[in-house]
Formats: sequence, C-alpha cells, structure tokens
Amino acid sequence: MPALSQVFGGPRRSPGMRWSLLAAVLILSVIASSTAASAIHTKQGNGTTPHTDPKTNGTITHTKKAFPVLSVNYDYVRMPFEISLWILLASLMKLGFHLVPRLSGVVPESCLLIVVGLLVGGLIKLMGEHPPVLDSKLFFLCLLPPIILDAGYFLPIRPFTENVGTILMFAVVGTLWNAFFMGLMLYGVCQAEGGQLGEVPLLSCLIFGSIVSAVDPVAVLAVFEEIHINELLHILVFGESLLNDAVTVVLYHLFEEFANEGVVTVADAFLGVICFLVVSLGGILVGAIYGVLGAFTSRFTSHTRVIEPLFVFLYSYMAYLSAEVFHLSGIMALIACGVVMRPYVEANISHKSYTTIKYFLKMWSSVSETLIFIFLGVSTVAGQHVWNWTFIITTIFLCLISRVLGVVGLTSVINRFRIVKLTSKDQFIVAYGGLRGAIAFSLVYLLPEDHFPMKNMFLTAIITVVFFTVFVQGMTIRPLVELLAVKKKKETKHSINEEIHIQFLDHLLTGIEDVCGHYGHHHWKDKLSRFNKAYVKKWLIGGERSMEPQLISFYHKMELKQALMMLESGGPTPNVSMQNIQPRRTVQERLIPRLSRGREEEIRNILRANLQHTRQRLRSYSRHTLFDDPLEEEEEDLSEAQMRKKRVEMHRRMSHYLTVPAKPPTSPPIRRVRFESENQVFGSTPGSTASSRFQVSVVPSIQLTRAPIAHMEQMSQDSVSLVDESSSSQQQDKQQQQQQQGGQQDSETGGVSTSTGSSLGAELSASEREQDHLRLPRCFSDPGPNKIDEEEEEEEGDRFGS
Amino acid sequence: MGGFHSVPNDQRYRELAEKTGFSLEQIGNLHHRFKQLSHNGNTLRRDDFSKIPDLACNPIRFEIIEAFFDKRNFNAHGEGSVEEIGFEEFITIMSYFRPPSLHMSEEQREKLRRVKLRFLFNMHDTDNDGTITLQEYRHVVEELLSRSGALGRETAKGIADAAMLEVASISMGHMEPDEFYEGITFEHFLKILKGIEIESKMHIRFLNVDTTILCK
Repeated sequence: MPALSQVFGGPRRSPGMRWSLLAAVLILSVIASSTAASAIHTKQGNGTTPHTDPKTNGTITHTKKAFPVLSVNYDYVRMPFEISLWILLASLMKLGFHLVPRLSGVVPESCLLIVVGLLVGGLIKLMGEHPPVLDSKLFFLCLLPPIILDAGYFLPIRPFTENVGTILMFAVVGTLWNAFFMGLMLYGVCQAEGGQLGEVPLLSCLIFGSIVSAVDPVAVLAVFEEIHINELLHILVFGESLLNDAVTVVLYHLFEEFANEGVVTVADAFLGVICFLVVSLGGILVGAIYGVLGAFTSRFTSHTRVIEPLFVFLYSYMAYLSAEVFHLSGIMALIACGVVMRPYVEANISHKSYTTIKYFLKMWSSVSETLIFIFLGVSTVAGQHVWNWTFIITTIFLCLISRVLGVVGLTSVINRFRIVKLTSKDQFIVAYGGLRGAIAFSLVYLLPEDHFPMKNMFLTAIITVVFFTVFVQGMTIRPLVELLAVKKKKETKHSINEEIHIQFLDHLLTGIEDVCGHYGHHHWKDKLSRFNKAYVKKWLIGGERSMEPQLISFYHKMELKQALMMLESGGPTPNVSMQNIQPRRTVQERLIPRLSRGREEEIRNILRANLQHTRQRLRSYSRHTLFDDPLEEEEEDLSEAQMRKKRVEMHRRMSHYLTVPAKPPTSPPIRRVRFESENQVFGSTPGSTASSRFQVSVVPSIQLTRAPIAHMEQMSQDSVSLVDESSSSQQQDKQQQQQQQGGQQDSETGGVSTSTGSSLGAELSASEREQDHLRLPRCFSDPGPNKIDEEEEEEEGDRFGS
Repeated sequence: MGGFHSVPNDQRYRELAEKTGFSLEQIGNLHHRFKQLSHNGNTLRRDDFSKIPDLACNPIRFEIIEAFFDKRNFNAHGEGSVEEIGFEEFITIMSYFRPPSLHMSEEQREKLRRVKLRFLFNMHDTDNDGTITLQEYRHVVEELLSRSGALGRETAKGIADAAMLEVASISMGHMEPDEFYEGITFEHFLKILKGIEIESKMHIRFLNVDTTILCK
C-alpha cells in the first residue's frame, strides 16, 4: 500500500494520526474477516456473495447466453482464501500495535489480541453471521506445534539441565496438587451450593480441575518474553509449562475413561501412574529417535543446502504427530526432538540454513500465537455461555490459592536439595507467572457433550480464568517485576574471557568432585560429553567438524562477528592493540625507527593507491622507507610448512559456511592463510614498523584475501577480506567490502546481507605478513552500495550465546 | 597444621567446622576420603592425587593438584608451595567450593566472590608475581584445549591473545602504542569476570552421607 507507506514515512507522527491509522486497519480487517465469515455460510453452487464482486456479468440473458467475460467462482478458493485472510488479519493487527508504542509498552500483546478477537467476533455476530470457534483439531495439529518447536529448538540447555529437578517437581507434583485440590474443592463447593450445581459429579470436577490447573506455555511465552526476567525464573516457569503437558494428557484421558466407566478402583489408579511414565518417557523417546534421524540426515545435506531447513521442520512435526498417534505427550516429543537434533544439525548445516530455520520458526510461532489469541477472543463471543457466579468466582479464587500454596509448599521441599535456594521473590514470580491459556480452552472444548452436560458452564469458567490470568496477571506482572526489583536478564553475550573461565570452571569442579570422591552433577555431565564426543559426534556430524571443541568454535564465531562488525561500522580506533600486550623484544628496538604519523599516512596512501596483486610483498615498498630486519627472512621460511597445513584445515572448516561447495584450493593463485598472532610472536619487526602499525587488530584473526580476478569469475563464492586494521585503514576495508559485495550481487541474486558471513573465503589467498593486503583486484565494475544486515550480527550473537 | 590422629577427634572437628563452615557430618566424610586417598596416612602428596583414576582425563589436572599444595590458598599471606598437606589444609581448600548460604547480604556475597576468584587467580598465576602474564594465560588455554590435539594448540595462542586484549581494553581503556600491558592483575581479573556469578557457580555439593565406599 504505497499511500500507507508514504504516510508512515515520517518519523514523527502525531498520536491522533496513529490512532486513526490503527482504527482504519482495524475496520479494514474486520470487514475482510466478516466477508470471510459470511462466505463460510454461502450456499454452494451459487458461488457469489453480496459483498464480493459487484461486477458479475452473467445475470440476465434472454436467448443466447453471452460469453462470460468476468465471472466469480468463490467456492474454488474458499478454504485457502479464508485461511489466508485470517492470517493476514492477525499479522495486520500485530503490525498495528507496534505503531502505537505507548500501548504496547503497557499492555502485553496477548491482551490486545484477545480484545481484537472480541471485537471481530462481536462485529461478525452483529452482521448476523456465526463466528467461527477455535477448532480443537486445528489448534492441536496446526497452531500449537510451531510454538512448541520454536521453544524447544531454542531451549537454553544449560540452565534447563541445571534446574531440571526443580522444574520436574513443579511440573509433575505441582500440577497434580493443583488438579486434585481444585477438583475436590470445586466439588465441595458445588455440593454445598446445591441446585443446578449439585448435579455436577465428582469426576467432572476432577477433570475440570486437571484441565484448568496446567500452566500454559503459549501464554507464559507471550507474557514473559516481554518482561525479560532473569534466566533462572524464566526457565523455571517456562520449563514447567512445557513439561506439565504429560501430566495434563494423562489426567485428562484418565478421568475421561473413568467418566465412561463410572467406577474407579485402586488398580486403575496404579495403571494411571504407569500410564504417566509411559506417556512422558515414551514421548521423549519418540522425540529423541526423530531427533537422531534428523541429525543423521543433516550429515549428508552438503550438496542440497536449500532443503536443509525442511528436514528440521519435517522430522520435528513427524515426531509430534507420531507421539499423538499413541496418545503420548506430543509436546514432550517435540521438545526432545528439537533438543537432541540441534547441536548436530547446527554443526552440519550452512549458515544460511541456520538463519532460515531460525526465522521460519520465529515467524510461524509468532503467527500461531497471534491467531490463537484472536481466535480465543472470537470464540468467546461465539460460544454459548452459561454463567454461574458461584462456580466461576470460586474457580478463579481456587486457581490463585492452589497455585500459591503449591509453589510455596514445593519450594520448601525443593530448597533442601538446591544449592542456590529460591528466595521468596522468586517464589512469588513463579506463582504469579502461572498463566492459563488456549490449551485449557481447547481441551474443554473437546469434552464430549453426553458425558459432560455442564460443558458450557465449564467453557465459560475456563474462558473467564484465561481472561483473568492473561489480562490481570499479564498486565500487572511487569510493574510488579519492577517493583520487586527482580533481577533482569543479562543482555550482553559472553566475552571470550568469560567463555574460557566457564569451561575452566567446569573442568575444575569436575576435578574437585573426583577428589572429593562422589559422583555428582559435574561428573556425569563430563562423562556424557566425553561419550558424546567419542561416539555420537562421529556418527552425526559430517567431516572434520566433529573434532572441534566448543571453545574453538565459539572463538571462530566471535572472530567472524567482530570482523564483520568492524568492517561494517568502520569501527573506532581500538584503544588497546596487540602490540600493547606482546612482550617486547629488545633486539628489535634498535632497528625500529620511529615513524611519525605523517609518514605512516604517506605509506598507507601509497599502498592504497596501487591496487596490486596480493602477491606483492610489502618489503618492496618498505625498502624505500624502512629498514630491513634479518629476522624477517627466517620467519618467512618457518611458517611455510605450517601455513600449508593450516590452509587445509581452515579451508575445510570454512567450507561449511558456504552454500556452494568450495572449489579445491589448488587453483593458481597462492593460497596461504596466516594467523596473525603467528606474526606477532616474532615481534614487531621493522620490516614494517609501518606494517606493525597495520598489524594492529582488535582481534587476532584469520587473514583471508581475495583471489585474483580470473579466478573470481569462476567462483560463485567470494572470499572476504577480513583485514583487521586500525581505524585508518577502515576506509579501505569498507571499500573492499563494497567491491566484494558488488561482486556478490553479480553472482547471486539477493541475499546480499547474508553473503559476508557465509561466503568466507574458499579462496584463501596469500597475504604476506603485511596485513595491509588492501589490494583488491578491481574486478567488479559494480561496487554497488550494500548493507550488511544488522540482523546478521545479532544472529551470530545468538548463535554464540545459546 | 600438624597431623591428624586416626581417631576422629570431636574437638578438632568442631574447630574446623567453625573455621570453614562445613557441618560435622561433612567433615567426617571428607576425613574418610582423606584417609582413603592417603592410604590411612596423615598427609597427602602429589602422587596420591595422581592416582585418582577419574582425574586422569581432566585436562587441567595439574593445575588442580597444584592448587592443593599452594600455600597462597591456605592463608592470605602464604607463598610458595609445600610437598605434603594435612587434613586441615585439605579441608581449607575444599571450603573454597562451598555454596553461598541462603541469606547473604550484598557485601558478604562480594567478599565470597573475591575469595573464590582469588583461588582461580592463584591457579593461573603460577609464578606468584601477582599478575597473569600472556604466557601464563596461553598455558591455561592450551591446557583447556589439550584434548583437541594439534588443532587446539594452534588456536590456543589466538584465543589467549584475544582474551588478553579484551582484558587490556576493558581495564586500561586507552593505551599508547608504546605502553605495555604487563599482565592481568587481581583487580582486572575481578572486573572481567564480573559477569559470571562466581559465587553461585563455583561450588560442589558436599554430601552428608558417606559415598566414598562407592568410588575410588
């Protein structure tokens, strides 16, 4: 909509304008959706509705039927059309909210979406149509899996495994407590109340209790994402919401069966326990199997990079569906699949595929979430409600009470086993964060009418509870978090020092445990990782990558990220550089002349001005201005052999970033890679005091330079010149980058933004020690402007941190 | 210092419990373990540690063993290392790995963090000059990556250099090209590791029951 974009162009819009825009979007989408809704009930065969196409032609003909120039056949596209319309509505709504920043700051998105759903439902009803209700099958098979997969795939493993005992306690024991407490108390209240309520049997109350007691992952995600609390609390509540699915499933089926039977025996209860174990462990097993399959498949996808993400999605979805076939816990299967698959898949797939997976998952889960909340609102209007004050008020009240009691009681038990205890602030947040959501609603909706005549009352109650938790608790949790000064999430990623020490600490603690003589948490973790490395990785990760320890891959990713960042931003002068930390060699000091700044600039300009082949040694320039150093010669020879070895290693390692398999490194131009730190070890030689200035780097990194022209054309991959320079050479880098990107645009359409990261040098050309191989063959006529996507670095960052 | 009698001495236990904060049962268990390691002797030597089979696959085992014999860890003013340690020293080292108690004030946490980070610092600073030089840091990273063979050694230097650079950048701000960053001092060390909450991470679980029968 060009007009709209023009309108959005200005940075400062008056609030009135924004509101009217929002209203316009709202009305537009309401009309659209009501069209869809009314279209649902269009009679077959006719294919036209009064709203749709006014330009119908074939109305009245006398004798000869005129050739229909324009006709309408809505039935043909009805189903996909409606679905698309709803999704479009949901997305437009999401868009609309973020235009009004004040609103989205105060009210969580889920509330707004429910309100929108209510409005839409109301309008549809006003038009005399019947609004659609959230179909349970649609919900469980289409809307829920993306959200759970997104959560499971990106689950932070470390905090999860550290707290798994606590999470399981809350999920299993907590949910059981909630279910029984609520069920029994409700039954008591119903009996006490008498009248219509008195007819509600015990089992119905119990099943209602079990449905309403489960914390909902969708709602928790929606609210907690926005408040950024610390990792521990987030993983506790979130983990609980994921793992309690097994309990809910078992209780639900159990009580449903009993409702059919009418009689409960002890044997049945015992079987129920067995069933729980089967459901949860079976679900995890199914998920793990599919996860391993997925990882194994990804090992062979190096030639068909484009469909790599598809495997991840398909295997996960199959895991979910397979688990559902056997009435196992689908959610746990999905989580297990994602968790098992992830480390191996990530080592195997290309960078672009990783980005694709991440963005697709986020996109699907976002759309799903939006749709769920909107539908929740619409269904509220659509359903037939039986409002019973006592029942509903009691339900809400009991929900809160049982949650608080459950959390407090469990924490006092858990704290005896935890080393880092949960404070009362933590307990409060955990209790308050127990939101109910759409899963509960769908489960109630699935109840068969004949066994549960008071189903509508249950529906009303459930909707009220959901509304209450999402609106009241969702809206107030943010100010409460501020008020209680709960620790927030640490925003920055790990630095290399922290990463080193985390690893160090792991080993240290394992060692101390061994000395102490007991097999604790660290011991088993260490054993598992050794097993993983020795056997599993060999099978599931292709090529040499299985050998790479975590610290090294972290380091490489960090290097890349920093180099990219520096190239893009033309970074600030690094305040501290390599020469500051390297031990000084006194022998050199005699030989190094002091270069003035002006001289340096001069030299740089000379170099920059001559775009020559990288083979050109700086020494030829330096002879004019600088002294030679005898050590320089030695250094060259020494590194020769190492270079060759390193080149091969580097090449293999880099190739997994490429979307197209790299050419073998035997093509004409020299291919040598050098770790800059190698140079540094030999100290700053005069050969370049100039070059030693150039050698300045923020991060010692891999020097890759471009191959000469002819070769470039053959390759669809570009190499990146990761030249880490001090600020004076930043310009040069930018230029290089642009040229390279320009070239990229020739060879690949689109995807410019991701090219830098992914196209790391298949071509590793030689640089000499001189780090200012700023020479770029001016091969590309179009140095076109390009932007390295900001997102790129964020993803890199995410990838490291997780 | 002095030796420990083979008969558990309740008075001694209580003193140690007060000094280190362990419970009496924990001290009893640790004593049992001490006896097992030292083959019923009164002191432990480095070879006794080397005989622990699980420790053999630990990449930093030498540093860990050294830490037990480092006088700086026994009290704040010690220097150098000893050849053998008694139970009291053993317990002292173990007490560095106690978890923080539930209700600690902010300054107590800070103090605990300093103590634990000092232990780590001593592990890195092998020549006891008060700073971690580039060489020493390189050694640490090399050890960590020692299980990865040649690949590890090559990148270890790069990683250590990068890490050092980072410390220098954070601690020193801007440096002139001729200035030389001597090494990581304890204050800088504290600064760079502020992000990981050492006091909650650096601990192991000391059991009240005796599990030494189960393991070697």
